[in-house]
Amino acid sequence: MLFVISLKAEEQFFKLNFLWGVTMTETTGQVLTAVEKIEKVREILKENEYKPSRLIPILQAVQEVYRYLPKEVMNFVAEELKIPAGKIYGVATFYAHFSLDPKGKHLIRICDGTACHVRGSEPILTAVRNKLGLTKTKSTTDDMLFTLETVSCLGACGLAPVMVVDEDVHGQMTPDKAVALIDEILKTEKA
Amino acid sequence: MSDKKTLFIDGIEVEIEGERNLLELCRKIGVDIPTFCYHPELSIFGACRLCLVEIEGRGIQSSCSVPPEAGLKIHTNTDQIRKLRRNTMELLLASHPQDCLKCPQSTKCKLQEIARKVGVTDIRYKLLTKKAEKDTSSYSIVRDPAKCILCGDCVRVCSEIQGVGALNFAKRGSNSTVITAFNIDMNKSECVNCGQCAAHCPTGALTIHSEVDETVKDINNPEKVTVVQMAPAVRVAIAEEFGMPAGVDSTKKIVTALKKLGVDYVYDTNFTADMTIVEESTEFVDRLTNGGVMPMFTSCCPAWIKYAETFHPQVLKNISSCRSPQGMFGAIVRKAMPEICGKDNKDIVSISIMPCTAKKFEARRDQFLKDGKYEIDHVLTTQELAQMLKSSGINLAELPDTELDAPLGAYTGAGVIFGVTGGVMEAVLRYAAEKVGGIKDAIEFKQVRGFEGIREAEVELNGKKLKLAIVHGLANAGKICEQVEAGTCKYDFIEVMACPGGCIGGAGQPISEGFCKKQQRAEGLYKADEKCALRKSQENKAVYDIYNKYLDGGPATHAAHENLHTSYEKRAKISADLDINKV
Ligand code: SF4
Ligand code: SF4
Ligand code: FES
Repeated sequence: MLFVISLKAEEQFFKLNFLWGVTMTETTGQVLTAVEKIEKVREILKENEYKPSRLIPILQAVQEVYRYLPKEVMNFVAEELKIPAGKIYGVATFYAHFSLDPKGKHLIRICDGTACHVRGSEPILTAVRNKLGLTKTKSTTDDMLFTLETVSCLGACGLAPVMVVDEDVHGQMTPDKAVALIDEILKTEKA
Repeated sequence: MSDKKTLFIDGIEVEIEGERNLLELCRKIGVDIPTFCYHPELSIFGACRLCLVEIEGRGIQSSCSVPPEAGLKIHTNTDQIRKLRRNTMELLLASHPQDCLKCPQSTKCKLQEIARKVGVTDIRYKLLTKKAEKDTSSYSIVRDPAKCILCGDCVRVCSEIQGVGALNFAKRGSNSTVITAFNIDMNKSECVNCGQCAAHCPTGALTIHSEVDETVKDINNPEKVTVVQMAPAVRVAIAEEFGMPAGVDSTKKIVTALKKLGVDYVYDTNFTADMTIVEESTEFVDRLTNGGVMPMFTSCCPAWIKYAETFHPQVLKNISSCRSPQGMFGAIVRKAMPEICGKDNKDIVSISIMPCTAKKFEARRDQFLKDGKYEIDHVLTTQELAQMLKSSGINLAELPDTELDAPLGAYTGAGVIFGVTGGVMEAVLRYAAEKVGGIKDAIEFKQVRGFEGIREAEVELNGKKLKLAIVHGLANAGKICEQVEAGTCKYDFIEVMACPGGCIGGAGQPISEGFCKKQQRAEGLYKADEKCALRKSQENKAVYDIYNKYLDGGPATHAAHENLHTSYEKRAKISADLDINKV
C-alpha cells in the first residue's frame, strides 16, 4: 500500500499550497486563444523537463491555464510525456484539487470546515445556490459565469464563516452579504 | 556447517533459494496460500490482503511483500489467520454482484474458488452493488467493472508485460475503479486486444467476447457450408478443459467433435502457416538481397501489429507484409472452397478457432473485407470451442479420432511449431537453410527455442551471418522497436509474439496459472512436430497445389500479393475526438 501513502503526502502538499494561495493565482479575466493556451502547455512541459515524475505540478499548472483539465489537453500531455493517458486520468480523478469539468469565469468557494459550519456556512451555501440556480450536483451556471465549490477549511477560521470570490477572501459572511456580492459581480459583468 | 540459509514454515525447515518473497517459499513446499493480486511475472502490489501469514515476533504480514530472511518462523494456518482471510473474503464479496449463476466466469472464477476454499458460508456485511456499465465495444474483451475487486492484475499485465497501459486505476476510496483513459470505450483506446488482462483477471470483470451462439446458428443452418480452420496451439490445450493433461495433441478428437456438431469441413491453420513460411521467407530473402528495408519483423501476431501501428508506426515498413496464417486461410477459403464444395461464397461460413483474442479483432480489419463481406465470419477461442462442445453435450475426452480434411488440412512440422515462441523463426530457418543455404538436413534449430523474453541467435547462410531475435511480450517488442527507430538494432530478423510463451499462452486458451502448463503445451507442439513425416514448409505439396491453381503459381506473384499480403496503418492511441485546438 506504499502507493496510497505517497499519495496522501501529495495531498497534504496541495493543502499547504492552497493555504498559501499558490494555487489561487489564476489570472481571471485574461482571455487566451486556443493556440496561446497550447503554447503555455508546451512551456509548462519544458519547464518540467518533460519528466513524468513531475506530472502533478504539470497538471496543476495546466489547470491554471484552462481553469480545469480538458481531456484533450490531458491526452496531449500524455503523448508529450510518453505515458498512458489513463495514468493521467487516474491522477486527475484521484485528487479533489483537479477538476475535469470546465469552471465558470468566477469561482466562489464557501468554507464548510468545522468553524465555518458551526458559524452558519450552510445557509450561505443554500442562498448562493438558490441565487445562481445551482444544486449539489450542478456547480457551474449555464452561462459559465459562476462555479460554486465548498472547501473544508481555508485556514481562516477566525473570520468564520468565510467565502472566497476569485482571489478575495470575505469573512463573517451572511446569506444576504453573499447574495449582494454576487449581484455586484453581475452588475459589472453586464456593464 | 553448510552455508544454506533456511527458515521455518509451519515447523518445516525450508531452504531459501532466491525466492522473491515468503509467498513463493510457501508455494514451493506446497502450502498454497490464496492470493488475488500476486502473479510471479508481475510486480508486487500487496493490495488483496489475502496472503497473510504470521511471522513470530513480527505479527501478521502479507507474505507477498516480505522478502525471505534466514531464521524466520512462519505460520500459515493459525486460527487468527483463518479468521482474517475469511473476513477479507466476506468484505470483497459484500461489494461484488451476487450473480454467479449467470456470470461467464463462473466455475473458472478465482473469487468463487477462494471463497469456497476459505469456507465463506455467510456474508455478515451489508451488500453494496456498484453501478457500472458493461463495455462491450471491443471485439475481444467484455469489461464489466461492477465485478472488479481492484486487484490491479490487469493494470500491471497491460503495462508491465504488454507495454500498453490501456487500463488504469481512477478515482479513489469507494469510488475507485479500473478504467480506460477518460472512460472511453475499449475499442477506442490503445488496447491491442491481446486479452492478457482477461487471462489474469480473477473475476468476471474482464472476459472474452463470445461468438459461440452465432457460430452454432450457422453450423445448424442447412443452407450454409461451414469451414473450420484450427490454429496449432489449440490442439495442445483444449484437453485441459476436459480433464486431460496439458500438452496432449487432440487434433483428431477436435475433428471428430466438430463433425459431430455438424461442421462440414475441418481444416488446419497449419496449412497456411506453411504458406506463410514460403511467402515470408521469400520476402525476407528479397529484402536481404535487394536492399529492402531491414531488419524485418514477423507479422503473424495481430496484437503485435496493432501495437506497432499504435506505438511504433516508424517500424511498420519493417514488418513483413504477409498476412497472419489466419488471414491467409481466410483468403484461401474464399478462393478454393466454392470449387471444393460447389457453393457460392455467400453460403460458405468461414470459422476459425484460435488461442487468441486479438484474432477476433484481426478478422474485422478493413483489409480483410472482400466485396463488402469479411472473409472470416467467426473467430472462436479455445475456451469458446470447449464451451460450445460442452453446451452441445460433447465430451472431447471420450471421442475417437478422425483425420483432418484434404486438401487444406495438410501440414508439416514447421507449421505446427508456429504456436510457440521461436517457432516461426525455426520454421523460416528450415526453409532458408535449404532454399538459400542448400543445406538439406537442417531441421531442428534448438538455439531459437526457450522462454526467455528476448532471445538472440545467429545462423550462417551462404557465408553471411544473420542475427536473429525472438521476443514475446509486447513490452519486450517495444524495446527492439526503439532500437530500430534509433538505428542501433543489430538484428536482421525478429520474431514477435504478444503473449508470453507465444500462442500457447494466448488469452483464449484455458486459464492456466503459472508457467508449468505453458511448458507442457510447448512440449506437446514440439512432439507433434517430431511425429510429422514432413517437417519443412517447402515439403507441403498441397501448398504448392494451391499456389498453382489460384495464385499465379508461386510466392511473391501478383495474385499471391493480392491475397496473402496486407497493409498496416498508423493509429492514434486514443481514437476518440480529442483535438486540443478545440479547447
Ligand atoms: S487486451 Fe491486452 S492491451 Fe488490451 S487492455 Fe487487456 S492487456 Fe491491455
Ligand atoms: S478488472 Fe479484474 S484484474 Fe483488473 S483490477 Fe478488477 S478484478 Fe483485478
Ligand atoms: S497476494 Fe499479497 S496482498 Fe495480494
